[in-house]
Amino acid sequence: MLGLEKKDFQLLLIVIGLTLFAPFLLNPFPEGSDLAQFNAGYPDLMQRFVIFGIFAIGFNILFGLTGYLSFGHAAFLGAGSYGAVWMFKLLSMNVLPAIAISVVIAGLFSLLIGYVSLRRSGIYFSILTLAFAQMSFALAYSVLTPITGGETGLQLALSDPRIFGAAQTATGNIPVPALFGLEMRSSFEWNVGAWLFTFNAGYYLAAFFMIIAFYISIRIFRSPFGMMLRAIKSNQTRMSYTGLNARPYTLAAFVISGMYAGLAGGLMASMDPLAGAERMQWTASGEVVLMTILGGAGTLIGPVLGAGMIKYFENIFSKINETILHGWFAFLPDGLEDVVVAMIYPFIGKGWHLTLGIMFMLVVIFLPGGLVQGGQKIGALFSRKKAEETKPNATEPAE
Amino acid sequence: MGLLEVKGINKRFGGLQALGDVNLSIKENTTHAIIGPNGAGKSTLLNVLVGKLIPDSGSVMFDGQSVLGRAPHEINQMGISRVFQTPEIFSDLSVFENVMIPCFAKRDGAFRMHAIESIFAEKGIQQQAEAILDDVNMLEKRDMLASSLSRGDKRRLEMAMCLVQDPKLLLLDEPTAGMARADTQNTIALLKEIREKRGITMAIIEHDMNVVFSLAERITVLAQGTPLVEDIPDNIKGHPKVREAYLGEAQV
Repeated sequence: MLGLEKKDFQLLLIVIGLTLFAPFLLNPFPEGSDLAQFNAGYPDLMQRFVIFGIFAIGFNILFGLTGYLSFGHAAFLGAGSYGAVWMFKLLSMNVLPAIAISVVIAGLFSLLIGYVSLRRSGIYFSILTLAFAQMSFALAYSVLTPITGGETGLQLALSDPRIFGAAQTATGNIPVPALFGLEMRSSFEWNVGAWLFTFNAGYYLAAFFMIIAFYISIRIFRSPFGMMLRAIKSNQTRMSYTGLNARPYTLAAFVISGMYAGLAGGLMASMDPLAGAERMQWTASGEVVLMTILGGAGTLIGPVLGAGMIKYFENIFSKINETILHGWFAFLPDGLEDVVVAMIYPFIGKGWHLTLGIMFMLVVIFLPGGLVQGGQKIGALFSRKKAEETKPNATEPAE
Repeated sequence: MGLLEVKGINKRFGGLQALGDVNLSIKENTTHAIIGPNGAGKSTLLNVLVGKLIPDSGSVMFDGQSVLGRAPHEINQMGISRVFQTPEIFSDLSVFENVMIPCFAKRDGAFRMHAIESIFAEKGIQQQAEAILDDVNMLEKRDMLASSLSRGDKRRLEMAMCLVQDPKLLLLDEPTAGMARADTQNTIALLKEIREKRGITMAIIEHDMNVVFSLAERITVLAQGTPLVEDIPDNIKGHPKVREAYLGEAQV
């Protein structure tokens, strides 16, 4: 189906299903209940899930297949964002040209950086990409202020030309990004009993792009090109003594993953039309590395899971504060309650990075294959149990 | 005129003259062994032939074209394949994928952006890969991870990867080094079979005299970076210069 093997096609269907029904799946708790704070089904967070999913899927094509660890991929995401916002300023508020230009700009930018960085491998490659990304960040932050808006970031203004669209709305406001009139921020809300489900236009646009991105990544993984990339990771000596030139292969993988990052950046700007230099900072580059490893580098679905997990923690754990904790442990005697709260407190709110760090360490130590490996282990456990249960039945004589 | 013509190669590493005025001619359709005591420059010579080292002077012509200054993958595409002392294979890939890769390299050259086609649709390549695995009796291991193979099987796999490219010249760097006696005998048998069935020209660097004398049709003896003698095996065995070079090392 669609040029995919049966198993891959099933995986694609699962991903399509999950993204389409995300507004339900991520909002399992009724509105106003104590657990409602664990709901993730609001537009802003759902958009982030799929956009960072795209970013991580692309990063995985480079890191998961070739083993080249880039520490500068945020530079391409930032470049894509700037490109998209410039399209909003110059052309129109339609998101399609903005997304297209963000992919093109990130592609060209990654071609340049990749061409230089890929002269080295291993740690030297990582350092080179990191240096380039930090250089881009510094440039965007200061020297290139006319293009990037410097410290304040690049924002839309009433005075922008927007030659194919209105410079301002009838009411004198800055127009918002839209897809042929469908505003990205517009949502349809559906009340079912105590539950509230939000269907956001921007989310579904980003989800559409993520499904396309995921599909392309499956095709690459199963192509001769993808096999060559894995061969590069495995043994470069044999690669060159087999008559294959590793350089263009790694460069192609680098540019493809750069374009994925650009797409993510363009979508980010389409959801909220501003771009800042901090999107290029090394912490942003490090985040996508964490996502990919946490989910499972080199697996198809891993990066999406990793991106979802990290974004969920970032948004949900960081919202839990001391008052909420006290609410949870109110049933304990006063003294004990304070002790428990004091023990948990460093791991929530601003301390969510601590939780993430511990989680990351546990995954890397016990599940080097990431969450996907965890899933496989659980799956194997169940199938073994099943086999044991069915075995005695199978040996019983038929009556 | 040989398939491979080496003329006046010199290579210094600092104060050490690793190769001094090496001349060598490997004729088409022969098995040519290069032997010599430790430090004779055998490996240096091999590395020059595959493009890993660039000599200070001299020329290396293969099939009428110079190989000097070319990258290893270009030299391989000209028709020289190499088997390493420790098998170099794609350990993280399956046996079948290992042999598919050289098939692609042969058909598509050093780089092709075939990113959207599926591997499963490449029937021609799959047949080729299956055929070569059948030839080396590894077809039943096709889905195993290459890293889980025994050492002997790794060697066979590497050989298969080279053979499927149908090279004009096969370079073997101590193909039996560190092998058990049985494995060594198997490798000799495999190489003999390749030689007879496919008529591939082979150059072998080897320590084990047993291997050399059961395979080679011509032998060059290197000592201290220079060729001492080149002759047929029977004449090498009793050659006084060779005895001198090997004195204390092995009985020739």
